[in-house]
Amino acid sequence: MSTLAQGDPISYRGFLEAGGRRGILSWILSTDHKRIGILYLATMLTLFFAAVTIGVLMRIEQLTLNPPLFAPQTYNAFFTVHGVIMIFMFVLPGASAVFGNFFVPIMIGARDVAFPRLNLLSWYFFLTGALVVILSLFTGNGPPDAGWTFYVPFSLRTGTNIPMGVFGVFLLGFSSILTGLNFVTTVHRLRAPGMNWHRMPLFVWATYATAWVQVLATPVIGITLLLVIAERLFGIGVFDPAKGGDPLLYQHLFWIYSHPAVYIMILPAMGAITEIVPTFAHRTIFGYRAIAYSSIGIAALGSLVWGHHMFTSGMADTANIVFSLFTFLVAVPSAIKVFNWTASLYKGSIELKSPMIFALTFVFLFSIGGLTGLIQGALNINVHLHDTYWIVGHFHYVMFGGTGMGFFAALLYWFPKMFGRMYNERVATIAWFPIFVGFNMLYGGMLVLGYMGMPRRYYTHLPQFHTGHVIASVGGFILAAGLVLLFADLVVALFKGKKAGQNPWGGVTLEWQTPSPPPLENFAEIPTITDRPYIFNPEAAK
Amino acid sequence: MSTVPACAHPAHKDYEGAKLGMWLFLFTEILLFGGLFLLYSAYRARYPLDFHTGGQHLDTFIGVANTVILLTSSLTVAVAISAMQKGNRKLTMVCLGITIVFALAFLVNKYVEWMGEIRRGIYPNGPALLTLPDGEKIFYGLYYSMTGLHGLHVLGGVIALSITLDFVRREKITSTDFNKLENVGLYWHLVDVIWIFLLPLLYLAA
Repeated sequence: MSTLAQGDPISYRGFLEAGGRRGILSWILSTDHKRIGILYLATMLTLFFAAVTIGVLMRIEQLTLNPPLFAPQTYNAFFTVHGVIMIFMFVLPGASAVFGNFFVPIMIGARDVAFPRLNLLSWYFFLTGALVVILSLFTGNGPPDAGWTFYVPFSLRTGTNIPMGVFGVFLLGFSSILTGLNFVTTVHRLRAPGMNWHRMPLFVWATYATAWVQVLATPVIGITLLLVIAERLFGIGVFDPAKGGDPLLYQHLFWIYSHPAVYIMILPAMGAITEIVPTFAHRTIFGYRAIAYSSIGIAALGSLVWGHHMFTSGMADTANIVFSLFTFLVAVPSAIKVFNWTASLYKGSIELKSPMIFALTFVFLFSIGGLTGLIQGALNINVHLHDTYWIVGHFHYVMFGGTGMGFFAALLYWFPKMFGRMYNERVATIAWFPIFVGFNMLYGGMLVLGYMGMPRRYYTHLPQFHTGHVIASVGGFILAAGLVLLFADLVVALFKGKKAGQNPWGGVTLEWQTPSPPPLENFAEIPTITDRPYIFNPEAAK
Repeated sequence: MSTVPACAHPAHKDYEGAKLGMWLFLFTEILLFGGLFLLYSAYRARYPLDFHTGGQHLDTFIGVANTVILLTSSLTVAVAISAMQKGNRKLTMVCLGITIVFALAFLVNKYVEWMGEIRRGIYPNGPALLTLPDGEKIFYGLYYSMTGLHGLHVLGGVIALSITLDFVRREKITSTDFNKLENVGLYWHLVDVIWIFLLPLLYLAA
């Protein structure tokens, strides 16, 4: 695809060894986009496993009927903290902050992002936000218990440490805005010569669309959370029904951000899948422009559907119908992507390596997540399904089956590039089995339970739901075991993996034309791009 | 040794990029206040009469005086940038200084105005406010949130302008490299523009 000076294998030093400082300072003071990406990765995976542990504790609680193992109030704190960590500290910033940081500059042929110091500052905002949330668990009158949505008026009335937890999330939002701002500017300003918009890899397109949503939607949650804090500290009354405030307006403001945020979560993962599918099918992507523009379409339409979280809240019928209509429309660009990935497999020579297995799992689980979304997007059925386990099952299919699996696929795909070492492929493939089986037992079980009427966020359940809960819990334990196996494989590879080489998968985008791990500043000479990406067979392409 | 020497490339300065980043940041500021404007419109539609009464009680004189102050300070910051483009460092520093003084004057006025309201018992959970109808409680809740958040932005502006002034003094900002100054100017204009919306919505609502 381009003319590149290949790295001289003897004289080259990867970014992990290069740089002036040593030890921890070489990380926490680095403005290298690759190191910052890895800083995010380390912080996020730590938080992710903390939240997985809380998830497992919740499933243990649902194994027992009477008496409960954990007090109801403890369970409330569990689902709140699990949600806050998973959503705001892993799923939402995850794929964009880790892989966006590491790979967007390399994929567009740049030496770094547009604002490297701002990039490091974003990570500090992220870290501080996470620490403030964790601090809120152990100070004040107990950990927040209002759920990750912090709905008023309960979040105003509950005695627990809401203001601090909310402030932590506010700081995380700041981090997200600065990252988005950085990526938009990077893509506009730092593309290599010849890298025009239609020669950009699709992961870059996806991250670019995400970055716009981060910039445009996050400030709205910022002000909403500030108002909740002001309400708690001073009692300004704008969300307090006792003073004429309207809790519904809180829900509107919250979801004006938090629904687009769903697309902040899923788009970069979709972008990563779009990189993985052609590499392992050894053929060009089907429908490049359709995939690129559907990212923008998702970002735009996704900003107009927030009301579908509020169908039972007493909004006007007209609003309900419009929001339902847009909800159905937003399925179109998502489906375009799914069809394009599937079509890209046609007549490819498919190699089922572990990144590809996880990528296909993404397509499968995300499709279930998307289709269940359409079911609850219908107004009449929504009344039945609202606030049940169905909803919990649905968004875990999207968030975990989608973004989570996409994140794992991307990590397996790019791990050899990031660290220069190869993990044990067989173990990664074996770990896939418990993850896939456990996942469907857990969240598939939740869909069934919810359809039967099991309400979400209850610390206990009626006897008729017990079998379902046991199946889901066992699935949860299997899933957690699979995750431990997968990440143990990666941690071992970090220290003992054999050298990966420049291009272990036969990828054709720019990152595979730098050494593994890439050197500081990525390229000895900025490459010139002469053709579109994903050309696996240059002869045939002519 | 390395084919990629770490410092082979001089730190490049991309003014276009810096300006793009600044504009994106200004978008986020507008959306931050946008949430409050949204609440304002929803509540004003619900309580039109109470918003009318609330607006009558605010001190329009201080409000208008502050508008004049901010508008003039926008002018001085613009003059500071033009002066820097023409290489007149001294005038730049004087104009930035005047801008900072104006910003501080704005905050002093705001303090006087807030204290006046608070003495009357008009503040969140204040004794006088609690006796007023719901719509007025919301009006004053929004009044304190909006002017408070704006005041914080003015304070942020004072800090940013002071740092910029120091950069000019130490010749880190020069007539060929004044991007930082321009970006601070953009931010200051935004603070001004937001106030231009707050004035009619709150003080002239009556």
